[in-house]
Amino acid sequence: MNRSTGRRLAAAAMTVVALTASTAACSSGDGNTSAESADGGTYTVWDPYPQFDKSSAWAKLLDSCGTEAGVKIKRTAYDTSDLTNKALLAAQQDNSADVLIVDNPVVSTLAEGGVLTTTDDNKLDTSKVDPNLLAAGQTGGKTYGTPIGANTLALYYNKEVLKAAGVDIASVKDWDSLTAALAKVDKAGKKGITFSAIGTEEGSFQFLPWFWGSDAKLTELDSAEGVSALKLWSDWLKKGYAPNSVINNTQTTSWQEFASGDYAFAENGTWQLAGAEKAGFEYGVIPVPAAKGGSAAAPTGGEFVTIPVQGETGRYATSQKLVSCLTNSQNLLDTDTTLSYVAPTGEVQDKQVAADPKLKPWVDAVKAAKGRTSDDLGTKYPKISEQMWKAVQSALSGSQSPKDALTAAQDAVK
Amino acid sequence: MNRTTQLPDRRTVRDRKGAATAAPPPPRTAPRRRPTSQQWAAWGFLAPVTLYLILFYAYPLYRNVDLSLRNYTVRSFVQGDAPFTGLENYLTVFDDPTFAPALMHTVVFTVVSLVFQYAIGLALAVFFTQHFRLSATLRALFLVPWLLPLIVSASTWSWMLNSDSGVVNAALHAVGIDAVNWLTSPSWSLTSVILANVWIGVPFNLVVLYSGLQSIPASLYEAAALDGANAWQRFWRITFPLLRPVSAITLLLGLVYTLKVFDIIWIMTKGGPADSSTTFATWSYQLGFGNLLPAFGPGAAVGNLLVVAALVFGLVYLRVQRKQYAS
Repeated sequence: MNRSTGRRLAAAAMTVVALTASTAACSSGDGNTSAESADGGTYTVWDPYPQFDKSSAWAKLLDSCGTEAGVKIKRTAYDTSDLTNKALLAAQQDNSADVLIVDNPVVSTLAEGGVLTTTDDNKLDTSKVDPNLLAAGQTGGKTYGTPIGANTLALYYNKEVLKAAGVDIASVKDWDSLTAALAKVDKAGKKGITFSAIGTEEGSFQFLPWFWGSDAKLTELDSAEGVSALKLWSDWLKKGYAPNSVINNTQTTSWQEFASGDYAFAENGTWQLAGAEKAGFEYGVIPVPAAKGGSAAAPTGGEFVTIPVQGETGRYATSQKLVSCLTNSQNLLDTDTTLSYVAPTGEVQDKQVAADPKLKPWVDAVKAAKGRTSDDLGTKYPKISEQMWKAVQSALSGSQSPKDALTAAQDAVK
Repeated sequence: MNRTTQLPDRRTVRDRKGAATAAPPPPRTAPRRRPTSQQWAAWGFLAPVTLYLILFYAYPLYRNVDLSLRNYTVRSFVQGDAPFTGLENYLTVFDDPTFAPALMHTVVFTVVSLVFQYAIGLALAVFFTQHFRLSATLRALFLVPWLLPLIVSASTWSWMLNSDSGVVNAALHAVGIDAVNWLTSPSWSLTSVILANVWIGVPFNLVVLYSGLQSIPASLYEAAALDGANAWQRFWRITFPLLRPVSAITLLLGLVYTLKVFDIIWIMTKGGPADSSTTFATWSYQLGFGNLLPAFGPGAAVGNLLVVAALVFGLVYLRVQRKQYAS
């Protein structure tokens, strides 16, 4: 009896092997046919804008660019945080999209993986793009795409709260005067400032304007300047100028706190402009001040349009046409207006400001902004950033002093 | 191999069947040479489930082991030429300063969650065996945490425990206790996620233990009552021992569920602040996906450690069960 069980098992195993082999054959066959049909004129576009459905202006723009280039567009929208892994997996299976729109700090990671073509290969024209924005997509002297738009961080302030506390916004020029303003607001019984110091990339993104504003460099986290920036934040928490909840705040929850009307300041991005109009109180925007006056460089956000490597190099010409169409001046203006982004070229920025003067401080902020992966940091940035947000969390939660936290972070990066 | 491993375990089964099949072995050999259509059909029926197991269990598991034994960078992940590095990823993980705290948090999180879930679940189950008005309604209400999507319950907990605007701190303030930074203080964050996890796990324990209680014959309680046993004695002498098999499977399933809990912790604290609520599950995710530059190798290594831990306890359970049946 036992012998027959063994035989049955062996037979079952063989059946399975046979079946697996045949399904594998099927699936590879599928791959071939889809590649062939794509050759007939379907081009795939992946973007991180799931909020736009088929009837949106963005989807229509993609279709019209497809028609112009004489091909059909198949668009797939992913969540931003999901897109990097999806793009890597697709590249692993040689099944990349023809046009890929990704968050700018991811570009250098994908480029490192050999997923993206350079502008030398795909003949994209990036001459009109502001160099500080383009830098986020450059690594090892090559450019891997062109920005579709940019956003950055600045300080929103609540005019009513400041007025009640007797603070003149013109007096806020550097860290000392900002802290003094927060002290006044605190005395007046209102809350000072809110930001996001969560333990993800968002936390690093929000800390960077202060870090760079102190003249610290990402290659040396534990410099005296870097420590002073972290100390500024942790002192605000200790004195109660910033709520303890910032440690767990995303940029959205931090914005909700500001929108409650109790807070004098909030560090947040261009994309909240529409929400600010609805907040129901008068607001203003100033650049994040640097330690000793002037504006601090804020990190650039926003996506890059890239052309992933394909087995069939003949497809690049059409992909290039698609990307050029998406990023021509008129389309950039439309897209960046819908996305609430600042355009990446001076020409379109001027048009945006002419149409909406409230964008002026944001255009200035974007011009002064800096890519996170710039300075040829490339794929070193993600490691530095992870240690940086951990240090911020340690210092703000009081488990380590700012100096110890940043020293530990610097050691971990090495 | 199959034959030898089966011999000692299935002795009782074999003896019973062996007696039945001992007499007619010659006729059985005849169809063995040429499989009947019936046997082909049997294999046909077996194939889908085997294929399913291989495609969705064996292959992913194999891939995960493979991932953990190679040095994957972004480049080698895409090109598929990651060099084999043996146990290097595991050594990296063991050497990581996060390892010891993550291990401790995983153990504390699992043990404390299990103890409370089981104790509260059992207490409620015993409570509900006494039929009273609205008992069914109340029992249904206790199931709510189980029915809610985890993202909903975890987000609700994180709002309730918010340092500045949470209802828990407001309540503490009302009775004159200082606010606690539930989610943002390194000394409280683990407690907070355990609290939420216990709340989510109680209904499961309640349901399974309640159904276990139903199978204990009422006559035993009547006999014990006649002998003069009080409620406490009846619980320890009858309910608890007779519930042991059900308890064992509840605790084992609870253990597997709790070991891999990820969503609650990730939504409430992201494993922070400063790794103070990081468990192996969140750490594995953090390594593999929580960063712009994924570290698939070490992430997979941590994941495999979790699988091994769950497997070990599964084997322990099987052993215990076998002993129970043997006795």
